[in-house]
Amino acid sequence: MPAAFDEMKGHDGDEIRPAYAELGRWLKEVPADVLDYRRREAELIFRRIGITFAVYGEADATERLIPFDVIPRIMSGSEWRLLEKGLTQRVTALNMFIKDVYGAREILKAGVVPEDLVFRNPAFRPEMNGQRVPHDIYVHIAGIDIIRVDADTFYVLEDNARTPSGVSYMLENREIMMRLFPELFSRHRIAPVENYPDELLRSLKSVAPLSTPREPTVVLLTPGVFNSAYYEHSFLADKLGVELVEGRDLFVKDEIVYMRTTQGPQRVDVIYRRVDDDFIDPLTFRPDSILGVPGLMSAYTAGNVTLANAVGTGIADDKAVYSFMPAIVKFYLGEEPLLKNVPTWRCREEEHLKYVLDHLPELVVKEVHGSGGYGMLIGPTASKIAIEQFRAKLKADPTNFIAQPTLALSTSPTCVEEGVAPRHVDLRPFVLTGRNGVKIVPGGLTRVAMKKGSLVVNSSQGGGTKDTWVLDG
Amino acid sequence: MLSRTADNLYWLSRYVERAEYLARILDTTQRLSALPLAYVGSSNEWESAVLTAGCATGFFKLYDEANEENVTDYLAFSTANSSSIRSCFEAARHNARAVRTALTMEMWDAINGTWLELKRYGNGPTSREEMSRFLRWVQESSLRYDGSAYRTMLRSDAYWFSRLGVYMERADNTARILDIKYHLLLPDNERVGGPLDYFQWSAILRSVSALTAYHWVYRDSLKPWLVADLLILKDELPRSLSSCYEAIVRNLDQISGAYGRQGPAQRQARGLRTRLQNSKMDGIFQRGLHEFISEFITENTRLGGAITEQFLI
Repeated sequence: MPAAFDEMKGHDGDEIRPAYAELGRWLKEVPADVLDYRRREAELIFRRIGITFAVYGEADATERLIPFDVIPRIMSGSEWRLLEKGLTQRVTALNMFIKDVYGAREILKAGVVPEDLVFRNPAFRPEMNGQRVPHDIYVHIAGIDIIRVDADTFYVLEDNARTPSGVSYMLENREIMMRLFPELFSRHRIAPVENYPDELLRSLKSVAPLSTPREPTVVLLTPGVFNSAYYEHSFLADKLGVELVEGRDLFVKDEIVYMRTTQGPQRVDVIYRRVDDDFIDPLTFRPDSILGVPGLMSAYTAGNVTLANAVGTGIADDKAVYSFMPAIVKFYLGEEPLLKNVPTWRCREEEHLKYVLDHLPELVVKEVHGSGGYGMLIGPTASKIAIEQFRAKLKADPTNFIAQPTLALSTSPTCVEEGVAPRHVDLRPFVLTGRNGVKIVPGGLTRVAMKKGSLVVNSSQGGGTKDTWVLDG
Repeated sequence: MLSRTADNLYWLSRYVERAEYLARILDTTQRLSALPLAYVGSSNEWESAVLTAGCATGFFKLYDEANEENVTDYLAFSTANSSSIRSCFEAARHNARAVRTALTMEMWDAINGTWLELKRYGNGPTSREEMSRFLRWVQESSLRYDGSAYRTMLRSDAYWFSRLGVYMERADNTARILDIKYHLLLPDNERVGGPLDYFQWSAILRSVSALTAYHWVYRDSLKPWLVADLLILKDELPRSLSSCYEAIVRNLDQISGAYGRQGPAQRQARGLRTRLQNSKMDGIFQRGLHEFISEFITENTRLGGAITEQFLI
């Protein structure tokens, strides 16, 4: 594995890169115990506000804090502009792809993406065939996971086109940083992120059913307090000024969605749903779901309510489809993709599988539909036994896996036990698409692997977060 | 607003109010049990605490004897009792989490802080001293929540529903305490106002924090009919049935004013309020205090049903 690129000190490590210059000076001035004190203060605030998340499968830890690192991750304006362009391009292509897959299927006819990859995909929703959505927007909110390997190379690691989470951390991290380090803010010019909820609301309203005669009523649909991202749902509903509803708060009558209020039924036009496709309507999808709203799909297909994101977007963020993204971008936009894809071996293809099986110790192998860092193998750090166990799993069901080279994620200075040391980071910017185009708030959520050498940044695996600064100019 | 949000706010207030009530019961019982037998007249004050809390059936399923240890555990810390102080605070926090967006930061802070602090008490204090501190803390937590709601919430339906919860719960608690204690204290063949029950009466008043109020209102020694008068009919006492209903009617009126329509809940509440206003202590005693109170509890529960029916589902 090549040495990681450090975002503060570059590859060689003796010169501080310009974006980090001021922070570097500040880190030299500030005593270590002050950093530590502020770190503890931040934790106290987080606990007090109740910004917690649940980890599935841990009995005692129904509510846990995500570690917060007080040292910001910094990008220059020009670096950001590069990313912004690439993200806009990618999400535009994602939307065109989904429209095509449930519509004319040009891309399948042209043989760019294999048919069975789409039709035999569990994320493919036949219910959406021929279904138009307002302004042809399917992915209203995308979270694109980006990693960086050197000064000007960014890779997309994953597209999240279903119900990406984490944006509340982006917003809260900034609030906390401004509270704890006002002096640091006075020494930088940092692009704001606080307008994200406004932009989100504007996007959501812009995609209301075309027939909506009045100011559209928007709600946020949550699975409930036991969901790992519940805090985020309530946080966003609050910032958006919309009702936070659960399935039982909504009902459908004559293909129209209503919420139960203290003043009787009120019509709902746009649902920002944080409930997966499988659970939104027990009449159409999983009959055992109690999180959804019976009949919601009938109202949806009748065009009486907008769901954001649309049903069936999972077809675009599947990890096997991911490997076709460069071709997808080229097919719809006729442009070269600005953001690179990590080279990906699709284990469903015999040659690829053979390569993967021969090179397991150096690869990262993931489940096609997995998320949250569950069920993956990181070859270089895995034990021999783990690799052999994984090999058996892989052989049993190769279509379920893809493999990628182990990339040296860039590092960023992080406050850890032994002081300030480099730790691997990734970045999840949030891309909003509405009637008036694509909008990205500068920055996103930086996730950091708190353990030395670790490449797993997922919060469910002990990863932390940082505030992400995009500098002016 | 969402019916479920209103429901959560309503119950959040009820749970906090109930926790405080339980703390008061335990506090007064502790006091009574510290007195020599000759002053108290009976030795079953712990059993009476369970009865007053309205959870005797559940209690005796788990324990054979109502003694200090068992009762304290059941009323304050038991997770088997869905109405223990701990369960109340946990339910309150659960409700608060579900309606985070309808709470002010201060209210959330009060509830979440209480819940975090609760963990420090583990399975309960080990000494009486610690127990007293715990009970004081419970009452302070309730005051803090109530105060932050009062001082920080927008005066809109969310506020009115949260207030409704407080007063509905309070009316129920006051009625129960009167009913059960009065029952125990007034055996048919015994002289009312005998020398022994002074401490029992003061315990009742203390459990609704009205002992000082009694002296200010009546400037008289403790007399059973005056205690009943105070807790049922006196508007001045914040925990009297009359005062609770004044507040219930007022909050329901605010809601119907804002929504532009009246419903069964408003009519029922007003009916009950009028009945309290037109009642005199003589009449109540003639018909029988117990009958009056049980009827009231039934009516109060019925109003709770009407509120739920009309707004909360």
